[in-house]
Amino acid sequence: MKTILSLTLNGQARDDVVPGNMLLVDYLREKAGLTGTKIGCDGGECGACTVLIDGRPRHACLTLAATCKNSSVETVDGLSKDGRLTAIQRGFNEKLGSQCGFCTPGMVMASEALLRRNPDPNEDDIRAALAANICRCTGYVKIIEAVQFAAAELQKREVAV
Amino acid sequence: MNDMRPIQTIGVPQPLVDGPEKTTGKAMFAADFDAAEALVGRILRCPVAHANIISMDTTAAEALPGVMAVVTEADCADSYGVLPIAMNEWALARGRVRYKGEPVAAVAAVDVATAQRALDLIKVEYAELPAYFTAEAARAEGAVLLHEDKPGNIERDVEFDLGDVDAGMAEADLVREIEVQCAEVCQVQMEPHAAYAEYDPGRGRLTIRPSTQVPYYVHKMLARTLAMGENQIRVIKPHIGGGFGARTETLQSDLIAALLARKAKGTVKVVLSREETFITHRGRPESQIKMKVGMKADGTITAVDFSAVQRGGAYSGYGIVTILYAGSMIYGLYSFASARFTGHRVLTNTPPCGAFRGHGTVKTRFAFENLIDGMAAELGLDPFAVRRANLLVAPTMTENDLLVNSYGLDQCLDWAEKASGWKERKGKLGPNKGLGMACSHYISGASKPKHWTGEPHATIHLRLDWDGGITLLTGAAEIGQGSSTVIAQCAAETLGVDMGRIRVIASDSAVTPKDNGTYSSRVTFMVGNASIDAAQNLKAKLVEAAARKLEIAPEDVECLGEVYRGGQQDQGLTFDEVVMAALEGEGTITVKGNYDTIPESWGGRKYRGAAIGGTMAFSYAAQVVEVTVDPHTAEITVDKVWVAHDCGRALNPLAVEGQVQGSVWMGMGQALSEETKFFEGLPIAANMLDYRVPTIMESPPIEVGIIEAMDPHGPFGAKEAGEGSLSGFLPALTNAVADAVGVRPTELPVTPDRLMELLEKKARDERTA
Repeated sequence: MKTILSLTLNGQARDDVVPGNMLLVDYLREKAGLTGTKIGCDGGECGACTVLIDGRPRHACLTLAATCKNSSVETVDGLSKDGRLTAIQRGFNEKLGSQCGFCTPGMVMASEALLRRNPDPNEDDIRAALAANICRCTGYVKIIEAVQFAAAELQKREVAV
Repeated sequence: MNDMRPIQTIGVPQPLVDGPEKTTGKAMFAADFDAAEALVGRILRCPVAHANIISMDTTAAEALPGVMAVVTEADCADSYGVLPIAMNEWALARGRVRYKGEPVAAVAAVDVATAQRALDLIKVEYAELPAYFTAEAARAEGAVLLHEDKPGNIERDVEFDLGDVDAGMAEADLVREIEVQCAEVCQVQMEPHAAYAEYDPGRGRLTIRPSTQVPYYVHKMLARTLAMGENQIRVIKPHIGGGFGARTETLQSDLIAALLARKAKGTVKVVLSREETFITHRGRPESQIKMKVGMKADGTITAVDFSAVQRGGAYSGYGIVTILYAGSMIYGLYSFASARFTGHRVLTNTPPCGAFRGHGTVKTRFAFENLIDGMAAELGLDPFAVRRANLLVAPTMTENDLLVNSYGLDQCLDWAEKASGWKERKGKLGPNKGLGMACSHYISGASKPKHWTGEPHATIHLRLDWDGGITLLTGAAEIGQGSSTVIAQCAAETLGVDMGRIRVIASDSAVTPKDNGTYSSRVTFMVGNASIDAAQNLKAKLVEAAARKLEIAPEDVECLGEVYRGGQQDQGLTFDEVVMAALEGEGTITVKGNYDTIPESWGGRKYRGAAIGGTMAFSYAAQVVEVTVDPHTAEITVDKVWVAHDCGRALNPLAVEGQVQGSVWMGMGQALSEETKFFEGLPIAANMLDYRVPTIMESPPIEVGIIEAMDPHGPFGAKEAGEGSLSGFLPALTNAVADAVGVRPTELPVTPDRLMELLEKKARDERTA
C-alpha cells in the first residue's frame, strides 16, 4: 500500500509517494537523498539515525515515514545555514566530540533537541539527553564538553542580543 | 614583527581537518554512495557450524526477474587472508563451512525484496560434521580437523624460555599464580561493514569504496580473488566509521561486492546489518591465561612463567600474530631477567577473531597487573612502589630484543599517583569504594610489515602548484583517529606554513602513494616521519628558488613562516612569490618523502616468532581507577579514571586526549559488560542491546595527563597514542574492586552476577572461618 506523504523536511514542504512500510530513515536516505542520517544497527540500538520530528528527537529507523504526515522533520543535513556551522556542530568539531563521525549526526540532533528544550543543561541533563546514542570512539568525555561548549556559545549570543 | 615567526602547528590542539564534514552530515561513508541507484548485494549465510557442502543450486535465484548476478565459490579464483603464510579463507565458502553465518553465496538485485527472495531460492545441501565451540573441545583427541593442514586444530603453538626462570622463582621471596578467563569481545565500530563497487565491463576495470582500515591489503586480495590485474583495480577509501582493528584485514563483504559488480556488469552496494557485522567479527579471542610470578620482598620481579590459550575461530586471520604478541609483549614495560611462555592458538567453529585495539597484549597485561597487585598487598608494598622497583632504563634492548629508546613510565606513575590523590585517598574512601592502578604499553607500528616488499614503510607526495596550495597525498587510512590531521601538521610544521595551505587527499590508489594501512598504531610514527621528509624536500626547493630570486646563497635564506628573506633588513619574499619563483622553468612541483625503520628495531632471533613486537618506539601508560560497588547488586560504578600516557611529543594534544579517553573507555567496556556469546555456535549477542557497549550514563570522567618522553626517531619525538592505555584499564578495575570489597575478579567481564558470586563465596568463607 502506498500513501502520499506531505511533510516539511528541513524547512521545505514536499510531497512524496511512499510505501506504507517504508521507514523514515530509508525515506530520508533513498527518497530525499539526505544521507547525513546514518544507520548503525538493526533497529533502535544505537541512535545514529536520530532526527527531530516536530522538535522531538526520534529514531528514524523505528519510525514509519507515512506517520510523519504533516510533521516537520529535521535532519543534520539541514542544520547549518549559509555554510556556517551551528554552535553544536562547532562544539563537536572544536572539542573533538566527533572522531570517526558516524554517530555524530545522531548526537548533534539529540543535542539540538536538548538545547532547544533546555538552554542551560547541567552534566546530568546532557547525559540523559544522549543516553540513547552510542559512540564508540570518544568515551563520551569530549561529547559532553562539546554540548557544554555549544550551550555556552548560545548563551553568549543571547546576552549579546 | 610578531607575524614573522614560523607558524607552529604541532603541540597545539587542532580540530580534525575533516571535522566539518562529519558534523554537518556531508561526510560520505560507503553506504552513502548512490543510496537509491546501485544494485543491492545480499549474502546467503550458512545455518550450520561445521559441515561439508554437498550441493548448491542457484538456478531458481538466477531466473528470478530483477536478479542481476548470483555468485558462489566458483566465481572466486583463490583463497585470501591477511597473513601471506595463512590464507585459508574464501570470500564464499568452498566445499565446507566452518562457522554459523559463514557466507556461501551472494546475489545482486534491483531491490532489497528481490535480493532477499533470491537468497531464499538458493538451495544448499549440507552434511554436518562435529563442531567445536571451545578451545578445549577443538583440541580434544580425535576431534575432526577444521583444516586438513592444521593437526590438532592448532593454528600455532609458540614458546620461549629466556633467562633462567626456575632460578628466578627460587630466588623470589614470594611466588604466586593466577588464572584468568577473558570473554571474547568485538570492536563494534559504529558503521556496519559496507562496500560500494563499480565495474566497467568495457575496460575490465573495478573501482571500489570499502569500509576498510587497509585499502592496500584489500586491493591485493581483490586482485587475488577476482584474478584481475592489480592495475585494473582502484580502491578509494571513503569516510570510515571506526575500525579498532575489525577492518585491518580484507573482509568477505569487500570481496563479495566486487564479485557481484563484475558479474552484474554494474554497480553493487553491499551493506551488512549490525548482526552480520557481529558475525564477521575479527574481535579479541576468548582467552585463558595462567601466570606465575616471582617477586622479592622489595617488589623486584625475578621471573614470569605463563601460558595462553586463545579460541581463534574458524580461520587463520591474524591468529599467529595474536598469539605471538600475547607472549612477546610481556616485555617492554618492566625490567626482569627471565620469562617463559607457551601459547596455543586454537581453531574452533566460531567466527574468526582478528586484531582488536591493543592486539594480543590486553589479556596478558590483565593477568600480570592483576597478579602483581595482589602480591604487592601480600608483601605490604604500595602498588606504585612495585612498578617503580621494576622500571627499565632507556635506551635498552629487552631480553627478547625489543628496542626501547624512550621510556616515560616513571613520569606516568608520578602523574597518576598525584592526580588521583593516591597517597592521601587510598584506603580512606569508605566502605565499598576503592582505588586501583595498573600500567600498560604498546608499539608504534610493527617494524617489519606483513607484506615485506623492500619498499619504504611509508611514502608521502607533496604537490605544489601556481595557486600556492599544497596538496598532501597519502595512502594512510583516516578512520576517525585523526591521521590526515597529524600528517598535515607534520608537513605544515616542517614548512612553517599555515595548516590552511595544506589539503589532504588520502587513500585513493589511483592518486595516492601506497600505504600499508591503519593498524598497530603505525601511522603517526611512520607516515608522520615520511611527511616530514617530504616537507623538507619541498622546503629545499623553495629555499633554492628564494635564494635565486634574492640573489643570495641558499644557506643564507631565513625562513620565517611564510616569509623568505636574506636577513633582518630584508623585506623578503612572500610565500606566493617564492612559489612562482620555484615554478619558473620547472612547472608544478611534486616531491616525495619516505620513511624506513632501522634494522635494530626489527626484533631478534632468540626463538621462533621473536621478531613480533619489534617496533621503533613504545608508548607507556599508568592509570588509576576509582570504583563504587553496590553490595546488594554487585554492580560496579566507575567514578573516575586518571590516566597518564607517554606518547612522546603530543603532536595534536586534543587528538591524543581523545584517543587515550577512547582507549580507556573501550577497556572499560571489556572489563565490565562486553561479551561475544554463542549458543552452540549461534551468536546470541549480535546486537548492541545484548552486547553491552557502555552508554554515556555509565561512562566516567577520564582525566588525561600527557607525558612527553621524546623518542629520538619519532616525528618531532612522537610515539603512539591510540592503543597503549586500553589494556591497563582492565587490571586497574579489578584491582580497584579488590580494594573496595576484598575480592579479586579473574574472569572478564566483571558483570554483577560474576562479582556477586565472589562476594557470596567470601561471605560463606568468612562465616565458616
